[in-house]
Amino acid sequence: MATPAAPLPPRPAHPGAAGRVETVPVRLRVDGVDRELDLDPRVSVLDALRDRLGVTSVKKGCDHGQCGACTVLADGRRILSCLALAASYDGAEVTTSAGLGAPDRLGDLQEAFVARDALQCGYCTPGQICSAEGMLAEARAGMPSHVSPDVRDVDSPVELTDDEIRERMSGNLCRCGAYVNIVAAIGDVARARS
Amino acid sequence: MRPFVYERATDVADALDRAGDGAVFLAGGTNLVDHLRLGVRSAERLVDITRIGLDEVEELPGGGLRVGALVRNSDLAAHPALRRGFPVVAQALLAGASGQLRNMATTGGNLLQRTRCVYFQDVTMPCTKRDPGSGCSALEGYAAGNAIFETSPRCMAVHPSDLCVALVALDAVVRTTGPAGDREIPMTELYRRAEDGPETDTHLVPGELITHVDLPPLAPGTRSAYRKVRERASYAFALVSVAAALDVVDGRVRDARLGFGGVCHRPFRARRAEEALVGGPADAAAFAAAIDAELAHARPGRDNAAKVPILRNTALAVLAGLADEGARS
Ligand SMILES: Cc1cc2nc3c(=O)[nH]c(=O)nc-3n(C[C@H](O)[C@H](O)[C@H](O)COP(=O)(O)OP(=O)(O)OC[C@H]3O[C@@H](n4cnc5c(N)ncnc54)[C@H](O)[C@@H]3O)c2cc1C
Ligand code: FES
Ligand code: FES
Repeated sequence: MATPAAPLPPRPAHPGAAGRVETVPVRLRVDGVDRELDLDPRVSVLDALRDRLGVTSVKKGCDHGQCGACTVLADGRRILSCLALAASYDGAEVTTSAGLGAPDRLGDLQEAFVARDALQCGYCTPGQICSAEGMLAEARAGMPSHVSPDVRDVDSPVELTDDEIRERMSGNLCRCGAYVNIVAAIGDVARARS
Repeated sequence: MRPFVYERATDVADALDRAGDGAVFLAGGTNLVDHLRLGVRSAERLVDITRIGLDEVEELPGGGLRVGALVRNSDLAAHPALRRGFPVVAQALLAGASGQLRNMATTGGNLLQRTRCVYFQDVTMPCTKRDPGSGCSALEGYAAGNAIFETSPRCMAVHPSDLCVALVALDAVVRTTGPAGDREIPMTELYRRAEDGPETDTHLVPGELITHVDLPPLAPGTRSAYRKVRERASYAFALVSVAAALDVVDGRVRDARLGFGGVCHRPFRARRAEEALVGGPADAAAFAAAIDAELAHARPGRDNAAKVPILRNTALAVLAGLADEGARS
């Protein structure tokens, strides 16, 4: 694996109506490391991670909330980092796929994606992994989904059938169509963790 | 994206102090950030309201619920009292967007999300909603998504929310605070018709903050459900959708609530169908007559006529399901 990209120099501020941009201090804990930034308030969590902090495991697909490639965990919940303004997430604990394992000690989801061949080009994979991590926590907490048999049943634990996994992961598109194996990989981890 | 100043409000009073003068409230950002990026919208200042509180669901005496404007869509959908008492609302939320987006999206933001009409989002095309006076490109252009109820040549866009369809059906009330003082606005009166001027979606005034949405209780025994038809199984906006609540006693309809999504400039309340249903038998023939009474007022165009039979079939399936559910219990 290539060494992590060095952070790029800050981009020149976009000249605003007033000819200048007021930056805001932003603190993020990224994959366990405290980072301090001074940002143009237009910068998304995604761009802060990739362009300012050199954390490139998180990917930009659409930049409009439509593909899920940019999914990270913010304080444990899965979000789309492209629609999250970094200033609004000041103080958040951000976890990317790189925070869920490393090449020499893969996390269980990463391991399962490899074992099940749940990728082709791999571009969507970090988002899939973060989304799956968040999704498994939601299911554990009893959160229902669109395909849950009866939303009124608040007592039964969520059973992560393939249909449930498909629905709960529908916010992560895969241009290569690796869906069948993605569902299988996540199912393996859901069963192993339960 | 045009530059803006970012400010973080600490509480409701602080948010109101910072409102006005080109300020725009930032909640989950899932609609606003996209629009700022696309150039659909600009702001001089963003006032971040995510840390002002208003993030709880309160159970009201009598079985109603008061939902804070900053409650996230996922947390609301998972709330036990909402799931038990208002399944139509939980189902509507869960039919919308994706897990990640629901974790970000707030109740207030969902109400105020803008249309997904392709012309509204494409700044190179005329669109009167985005650029007042420029005309409606959807009239003669790509028109499959256009409105069929309360249509106006001024704007053919539909309101995109799922949640709002359930809320109009249930007579939810929006509580606000701001320059006009504290207000309680029924969901059915919050939104403007296209004919009233599509440049703004609602009757809120600039700087007005939604604080809560109140859900009044339903009569015990009332069944409710939401069904959405879309072009793929998940993660897509509604082609059409139906929110319904039905109270059936001894085979007759005591109360009926019907909301339609994807068909009108505002979340649509099907009052004509409701009137036809109440007092009548809870059977297929009466349901069909009631839905047809409403659909007689639909004005489909060249490309969106399919919405009429799809809406009819969906509404009938939902009503039949609710009547059936009531009969079995
Ligand atoms: C890819 C994608 C798919 C989607 N699919 C669906 C779907 O199927 N169904 C559906 O219903 N929605 C869908 N959505 C829309 C999503 O539900 C909305 O974007 C979201 O609910 C908006 O909430 P927010 O908190 O992020 O609002 P923001 O983007 O922060 O704000 C939206 C607007 O509301 C204003 N605002 C927010 N809170 C308040 C308040 N308390 N008082 C006054 N003004 C306020 C803001 O100023 C802004 O004008 C989808 C979105 C995306 C990106
Ligand atoms: S890059 Fe964020 S959803 Fe596509
Ligand atoms: S593996 Fe190529 S996009 Fe999913």
